[in-house]
Amino acid sequence: MTVIAIAAPGVVMIAAVVLIVLALVYYLVSTILALRRISAGLDAVIAAVGEIIDKSAPVNDIVVAINEQLDAGVDLLEGLLVKKAGLTDAVGLIEGVYPGSAAAGLRNFPHSKDVKPPRIGEVYTKGTLTLARLGREAPIAAASPAGGEVLRNVEGGSLAARSLYPSVRHQRPSNLPRSPVIGTEAPVQYEQRDDVGAPRKRLPARSSGER
Amino acid sequence: MTLWWIGSIVLLVVIFPVVVYLLRGVLAAAESIVPAVDRIAGVARAGSNDLDAAALLVTTREQVTQTVAGVADYGGSLDVIVDDAEDEEQA
Repeated sequence: MTVIAIAAPGVVMIAAVVLIVLALVYYLVSTILALRRISAGLDAVIAAVGEIIDKSAPVNDIVVAINEQLDAGVDLLEGLLVKKAGLTDAVGLIEGVYPGSAAAGLRNFPHSKDVKPPRIGEVYTKGTLTLARLGREAPIAAASPAGGEVLRNVEGGSLAARSLYPSVRHQRPSNLPRSPVIGTEAPVQYEQRDDVGAPRKRLPARSSGER
Repeated sequence: MTLWWIGSIVLLVVIFPVVVYLLRGVLAAAESIVPAVDRIAGVARAGSNDLDAAALLVTTREQVTQTVAGVADYGGSLDVIVDDAEDEEQA
C-alpha cells in the first residue's frame, strides 16, 4: 500500500514529463520543417536578387554615359541656336514653338530667364529664315514649299523656287504642244486671202418666207 | 508526499500547457514567414525578368552616341553655312 502510494505521484510526474517531451518533439519538428521551407524560399530569393544585381550593375554607368551624350547634344543645340539667332530671338523662338518654356530659360545661359521673350511675330521673319536654313529638322522649313531639303539637295536651291508656281510647263514640258512657228521662215506658209482688206460683199436680201 | 503530488500536478496542469502554448507560438510564427518568403521570391524573380531589357541600354547608348555625333556634324556644318546673329550689345 505504501509503495503504491509512493508510486502514484511518480507516475503522474512521468506522464507529465512524457507529454511535455512529446509536445516538444511535435512542435520543434514542425518548426524545423517550416524553417527549412523558409530556407528554401530564401535561397530562391537570393538567387533572384543576385540576378537583379548582375543585370542592373552596368545600368548606372550606361545611364550616366547616355546623360553625358544628351547633355553634350543640348549644349550644342543651345549654343548653336543662341549663336545664330541671338539670345533674345532664341528665347522668342523657343517661346513661340513651346509656349511657356521660355520661363525655364536655356540651361547654359542662366541669364536667359531674365530675357523677356519677344512675340513670335516680332522675330518671325528672322526666325523663319533661321529655321528654314536649319533644314528638314525645323518645323517651318519642313512645311515650306522647298521641303526643307535645300541644304542637302544641291539642285534644290534653284528647283525650289519653281515649286512656288502652278504646274504648267516646268514640270512636264514634254506633254505640252509646241508653239507655232510664224514668219517668213516658218515651215508652213499661208497665202494671203484676197478678201482681207477688200470691201465687204453685200449679201442677197432675204425673202419674207425665210424669216 | 504531498509536495510530490503538488509538483506532479503543477507539472501536468501548468507547465505542460505553458510549454505547448509557447511552442505553438513559435510554430505559428515560423509558418507565417513561409508564404511571405514565397511572395518575396516571386517578386524577385519577376524583377529579375523585368531587368532582361536592361541589356538593351547598351544599344541605346550606342544609338545616342551616334545620334549626338550626327547632330554635332550637322551643327558644325550649320555653323559654317548660317551667318551668326549680330551681337546684341553692339546692335
